[in-house]
Amino acid sequence: MAIAFDERFPAAGPPAAAVLSPRPPVIRNTAVMDALFRNVTRFFAFLVFCLLAAIVVSLAIGGSQSMHAFGFEFLWTEEWDPVKEKFGALVPIYGTLVTSAIALAVAIPVSFGISIFLTELSPTWLRRPLGTAIEMLAAVPSIIYGMWGLFVFAPLFQLHVQPLLKATLGNIPGVSFLFSGPPIGIGMLTAGIILAVMVIPFITAVMRDVFELVPPMLKESAYGLGSTTWEVVWRVVLPYTKVGVIGGVMLGLGRALGETMAVTFVIGNAHRLKASLFAPGNSIASALANEFNEAVGDVYTSALIELGLILFLITTVVLACSKLLLLQLAKREGASA
Amino acid sequence: MKRLFACVALSTLILPVAAADITGAGATFPYPIYSKWADAYKKTTGNGLNYQSIGSGGGIKQITAKTVDFGASDMPMKGEDLQKNGLVQFPAIMGGVVPVFKLPGVNAGGLKFSGALLADIYLGKVTKWNDPAIAKLNPGAKLPATDITVVARSDGSGTNFLWTNYLSKVSPEFKTTVGEGTSVKWPTGVGGKGNEGVASYVQKIDGAIGYVEYAYAKQNKLAYGQVQNKAGKFVAPDDLTFKAAAAGADWKSVPGMGVVLTDQAGDESWPITGASFILLHAKQEKPENAKEVLKFFEWSFRNGQKMAADLDYVPMPEPVVREIQASWKQVTDASGKAVY
Repeated sequence: MAIAFDERFPAAGPPAAAVLSPRPPVIRNTAVMDALFRNVTRFFAFLVFCLLAAIVVSLAIGGSQSMHAFGFEFLWTEEWDPVKEKFGALVPIYGTLVTSAIALAVAIPVSFGISIFLTELSPTWLRRPLGTAIEMLAAVPSIIYGMWGLFVFAPLFQLHVQPLLKATLGNIPGVSFLFSGPPIGIGMLTAGIILAVMVIPFITAVMRDVFELVPPMLKESAYGLGSTTWEVVWRVVLPYTKVGVIGGVMLGLGRALGETMAVTFVIGNAHRLKASLFAPGNSIASALANEFNEAVGDVYTSALIELGLILFLITTVVLACSKLLLLQLAKREGASA
Repeated sequence: MKRLFACVALSTLILPVAAADITGAGATFPYPIYSKWADAYKKTTGNGLNYQSIGSGGGIKQITAKTVDFGASDMPMKGEDLQKNGLVQFPAIMGGVVPVFKLPGVNAGGLKFSGALLADIYLGKVTKWNDPAIAKLNPGAKLPATDITVVARSDGSGTNFLWTNYLSKVSPEFKTTVGEGTSVKWPTGVGGKGNEGVASYVQKIDGAIGYVEYAYAKQNKLAYGQVQNKAGKFVAPDDLTFKAAAAGADWKSVPGMGVVLTDQAGDESWPITGASFILLHAKQEKPENAKEVLKFFEWSFRNGQKMAADLDYVPMPEPVVREIQASWKQVTDASGKAVY
């Protein structure tokens, strides 16, 4: 990248003849251009910080009325009653975290399998079409997933999968409460699975890219020592790429936390806390999508904006945790070496 | 598309005095008819109307902030709020909300509900389709022991407002525990986004009951129920029963003609009927735009009846239109002269 940039720069700058001539104004001119270029790029980079700060500040200002009215109790109050103007964020926070957790629980093993197949096992001619298909899945707009989820997936899920889950997992003491209630096809579990389908392409794409970066010499050496494919993947590829893999998972998690339309279609949009994954729930993003348009009254609007702020904070905490995790991993590596 | 541009170009050539497009924002429920009227109006007069269906709450905010020429809301503003914000309000179009259900073996119009029964279902007190309360109203029907899955609108909407307003009127318990509003706290059931969301949930779930705008029930061929009105008669939803509900209303009784047409008297009245309202500033900074808005609605009341009926809306009846036009005298320019 740096080389390409250096090669291109003279062409974009003053004509070659002018650069060759030893007159100082031209040099000064280049220096000015350099400084200008540096400052402009720096300005753009800092613009990101400004935007981020502006978003946080405006969310905080918008949500201040609700913060005053409900305080920290907002975070663990279940009540969400627009008529009596009593608001609490527990249900949407719970729904956001649970659906994202389901999504990751489904998506991580599947993505891992896909990317291992693509990089280690697949015949070469199949890699490109399969890879392209995965990338195209990532480009499908989320509303399409939502409609597919509602019209195609939910009825199938209701008829075939939910009764099966109820008959099997629903009878195991300890987890049966997760699968209680009538199978209506929509609810937290459906939303989580749709989210999984949506984040699989993201996680897979990253995993595949980092798996491909593993030096062939490492893998060949392991194979040469008699390792099986699984041992190579588990002992060589994964340790070598864990930073990238975790990064990919976090990317998927980020998308799952903030996904709006697809979740709104299938989560059931009920402000009630239920342990069962079959029960309808709500997520922060879909509560916003549903209610912001027609939110009448300042406290209501303010409570919704505070929800937005909470989502922002959750995302930030998740990102921070993943960074910490990576740092810990790096440290442990240093200790063992 | 090219032809459309050509048309627009041509019409601006013919009518070089055409004013700038007027803008409105608000309720989603009347959006299809407003945009159809606007289209036809533009073809005949050359004047455009730009309506953004951002929701009633948004419409009220936008008109209060004076960013649009008119706002639209499914929930009428109260007299004191109109006064405080200096707004004039009038109804522009009506529609009905109908209870829909999916129950194998029971046909469209095959079930009868009373308001109190609907309230109990939405309160989660009646949970099975063979509940004695349902069986009593439907002696002949074969009611299965299926669970009732209650479907409500999850997004804030005028449909919600009409539905909860009606249930609050007929059930004191519903009024105290849930209340009325564009968004409420439902004690039970699932929430669908928009009329289409509710309609598709009801179509997908056996034993589901929901409520949608009449047009959605008709277009999606959903099974709807008859509802007992204030006179004690069971009526089916159609434009005649909607009109009957509007005919009996005393529009002058509420400031800004903000009558909610639920639970109206009259043998033929559909009990869950409602109007959608237009909001304008009484004192106009841009009198020419206000005049254009009023001209548009005047034209639509005269020529838009059939278009409204085609889309399953109910146009305002002639006597009400005259009352509406009388109310337009309140819209004045800075000097206090009526703009229309």
